[in-house]
Amino acid sequence: MLAPVRSLGFGGVRLVAELGRMAVFAGSVLRALLRPPPRLGRLVQEIYDTGFLSLAIVGGSGAAVGAVLGLQGYNTLVRFGAEESLGAVVGLSLIRELGPVLTGLLVTGRAGSAMAAEIASMLATQQLDGLRMMSIDPVHLVVAPKALAMFLVMPLLNALFIVTALGGGYAVGVSLLGLDGGTYFTSLESSVDFENDVAGSGIKSLAFGALVGLVATYRGYTATPNAAGVSAATTSTVVVASVSILILDYFITALWDVYP
Amino acid sequence: MHAAAPSDPHVEARDVGLSFGNRVVFQDLDCAFPRGRITVLMGGSGAGKSTLLRMIGGLERPDRGSIRVAGEEITGLRESELFRVRQRIGMLFQGGALLDSLSVAENVGLPLHEHAGLPADAIAAEVQRRLDSVGLPDVGDLLPSQLSGGMVRRIALARAIVRDPEIVLCDEPFSGLDPLNVRRIEALLVRLNQRLGLTLIVASHHVTSAFRMAHHLVFLLQGAAITGTPEELEASGDPRVEQFFAADREAEAEVQAWEGTG
Repeated sequence: MLAPVRSLGFGGVRLVAELGRMAVFAGSVLRALLRPPPRLGRLVQEIYDTGFLSLAIVGGSGAAVGAVLGLQGYNTLVRFGAEESLGAVVGLSLIRELGPVLTGLLVTGRAGSAMAAEIASMLATQQLDGLRMMSIDPVHLVVAPKALAMFLVMPLLNALFIVTALGGGYAVGVSLLGLDGGTYFTSLESSVDFENDVAGSGIKSLAFGALVGLVATYRGYTATPNAAGVSAATTSTVVVASVSILILDYFITALWDVYP
Repeated sequence: MHAAAPSDPHVEARDVGLSFGNRVVFQDLDCAFPRGRITVLMGGSGAGKSTLLRMIGGLERPDRGSIRVAGEEITGLRESELFRVRQRIGMLFQGGALLDSLSVAENVGLPLHEHAGLPADAIAAEVQRRLDSVGLPDVGDLLPSQLSGGMVRRIALARAIVRDPEIVLCDEPFSGLDPLNVRRIEALLVRLNQRLGLTLIVASHHVTSAFRMAHHLVFLLQGAAITGTPEELEASGDPRVEQFFAADREAEAEVQAWEGTG
């Protein structure tokens, strides 16, 4: 009868212990980032792998999401004679919520999983041990540039997602359904507030970037060093980072509303 | 049988105990590795050969006991202090452990790039010298994925010695290689020992190579070590050692017979 309670207790202890280990790991990544020499070459390579190679999927997805929002928004608004508000509806949905969240989920699937798999695979093939034996800290050379790259590219990809989505909304609402282009942009401009909406979107995407970078590198670095471990690290990165993004999004939104 | 401890041990393990869960790997392990000599660590799969090498390199900590490298106790050192000790050690990992994302030349030059403070052209010249020394002068621009298993081992050996270590640890350098590559790697290791006076500790279950190259053998059995020269171990009369060597001779004969009929 006590088994479920005991199991819940053990689960809670394991969760807290895991969070503690992750916090220690985050501390070692932060210290590595501050320690010379700066790994600029590695950082640029990681920005290319994480950011540049995600441009197509983020841009394409943004355009598709914007087009759907444009179509759905227009069909709903036209019932109330409020179709001139399409720019505001599309813009606010994207900038405040959909942009950072969907970008976070897309980048987790494309780049976060690859990041975890690469580190776990280096662990399984003893490349990280090889670095230690050469007196090179693998967190400094391999992990920290990856985590920092994720943190830096997430807001830029978020901006790309929003811009292409606004383009998608414009293409459907204006070019396809005949809404006036000036009305679309006037509605967008008058409803979006920089401090509340754009800055909030940027802060969310920075938080998501830090979160995905940390989860992906931690899961890769602590993987079981074999093929099954690489696979498990990849899967758990996508699951944990995706769910965490959704939960964190709620808290940031709630806090933003309380302390704007 | 325990032969007399080497008079000038470069690496020593004393009263080492290590368990992974319920599995006891070492129980009061005592062994020493003489300076400037080739010692081959032997034993069946799971005997703890690779684990002992990892403990000497500070990658694994024993539950108890002492590991001394060049007179320095390493078991209590922090990771940053181990980096200093590891400057004396080069390690050849079983799969090479070359970084996939770097070219062969970048892999070999990485320790110099990180620690030596040399200009790029001096590093390039040193890398080329090391590639020449392992008989692979033209592969600097290739990626590790473009090399064969034997070539990867030789490049990994070039990287292990590029900072002129005193001690080189080799984890199963012959496993999975054809006889020609086994002899190549073996000759390279012997040459390193003879020309540079390096202390080589080689974990291997390749009995023939071990008897050809070893000055000293450490045979790991049930968590403890039996040590001596190859001749001493062969004449030891220890049934467990004899059984291991006999099984190897039988396997060798079977392989030769199978190759003869193929």
